[in-house]
Amino acid sequence: MAPRGPAGMPSSPSGGGLLERLPRTTAELPIPVNVARHVAKPVLRALEHVGRLGLMALELLRAVPEWRIWLPRAVEQCWHVGVGSLAIVVMTAAFAGGVTALQAGYQFTGTVPLYIVGSLVAESIILELGPVLTGLLLAGRIGARYAAELGTMRVTEQIDALESLGRNPASHLLLPRVIAGLTMVPALVIIANAVGVGAGWLAAKQSVGITNADFIYGTRAYFRSFDLWYSLLKALAFGAVVTIIPCYVGFTAKEGAEGVGRATTAAVVMSCVFILLLDLVLARLLLPA
Amino acid sequence: MIELRGVRKRFGRHIVLDGVDFAVADGETVALLGPSGTGKSVLLKHIIGLLKPDGGDVLVDGLSVPALRRGDLANLRKRIGYAFQTGALFDSVSVFENIRLGIGEESCYRDLGACRDRVAECLRLVNLPDDVGKLMPVQLSGGMRKRVGIARAIAGNPKYLLYDEPTSGLDPVNADVMDALIESLQKELRVTSVVVSHDVRGSFKVADRIALLDQGRIRAVGTPEEFMAAKDSVVREFLERDFRFEEMED
Repeated sequence: MAPRGPAGMPSSPSGGGLLERLPRTTAELPIPVNVARHVAKPVLRALEHVGRLGLMALELLRAVPEWRIWLPRAVEQCWHVGVGSLAIVVMTAAFAGGVTALQAGYQFTGTVPLYIVGSLVAESIILELGPVLTGLLLAGRIGARYAAELGTMRVTEQIDALESLGRNPASHLLLPRVIAGLTMVPALVIIANAVGVGAGWLAAKQSVGITNADFIYGTRAYFRSFDLWYSLLKALAFGAVVTIIPCYVGFTAKEGAEGVGRATTAAVVMSCVFILLLDLVLARLLLPA
Repeated sequence: MIELRGVRKRFGRHIVLDGVDFAVADGETVALLGPSGTGKSVLLKHIIGLLKPDGGDVLVDGLSVPALRRGDLANLRKRIGYAFQTGALFDSVSVFENIRLGIGEESCYRDLGACRDRVAECLRLVNLPDDVGKLMPVQLSGGMRKRVGIARAIAGNPKYLLYDEPTSGLDPVNADVMDALIESLQKELRVTSVVVSHDVRGSFKVADRIALLDQGRIRAVGTPEEFMAAKDSVVREFLERDFRFEEMED
């Protein structure tokens, strides 16, 4: 019969019981266990954020019937997002369209028919540059603003004060901002698309001497109305990203001014990463190969 | 009535409240004393449901605050006014809007004329002129911010008023003004109040009963006279420290 250790547990042939052989500190744990611990912690933290973000989305849905509260505030936010961002969006779209036309002209002159420049400019702007550049711009402009505003409100107890008055922060603070993003970002993307294509047209005419007829022919040759819907769908998704993520990050900010700074940086970085990720996912899912 | 039964709260490894039993009867003013960092504000936030206890229960008007559903909690909060330590004014809107947001009844909140009257009334109660309503919070002094915070807390005609360090950061003259304001609000509004403070002298002026929070528990509770006569070493030390400071000031 095998020798018995303390508490009746079988002891090892060398004499040490199972309890005695257990590591006393985490440093003594076998390497795979330690690695698992280091991997598990960030994974659990990420899952916690996903769960909280889901709860916030639920709060937003619950706040929809309180339209008397969020509607006037949403109009105010729409002004900030839409009108406030118009100049920078138009400027960026104009440069993007112009540069696309110049580079297309540089590559295609003497090799392929020039009307292709029209097609390339329109498709590049509508499918990719218009929505993505607008999204990235707004991630910086609106995302940083929302995260800093809400983060400051959190650390100065203004959000607690709102709750203490029996008022719902989702309808007062979050939903107006998200509604502004969901309505204004698509509007800005439509403007960016128009300005980008127009600027590309002008640049192509100036640099490679393409005629209006050729440019229009090229634009129509490969254009499908689905492209506009795809562009709008991306704009809607990016509108959600540049408002929901910064609102969540700002709303959960901690630890004073440093925490607000961290939240602002995190909001912009996360919004940009999610925009690029969504860009890839939507292209893979919706654009036939 | 406000009642805390064995309330426990910890943040990480730090135990802040370790079985607090505490009750405030209707109509009375209780000052909750204790050194900074002992969990006085944390206790106050449990009463209004901004924090949930890890254990124990918080009852307001017989309702268990941690167990309340969202709508019921919002309704309960409309019966409780909370004056934050720093005022916690919404800095993107005017003083008028800040106080207006404190009006709990939605029909009254939407009636701009009624709101103007109510805001003017609240400003009068906290001894501020009517035209302060046009200012932005950033244009106010520290003392005025606290008073506007109180005006916002009383705008909804609350049954309970919770003050978080109402005199902290104020000079002695303004601290006396604030104490007088709390006393006058108590008389005019007949609210049940909990005043969290580390200002012993001011608390003795405004409170019907005094409680001392120490190491996560209520160490002593009683009328100001009973408190002064207490033999408990921690109470004596706390009182003597304050009065020693006063003597130095004299």
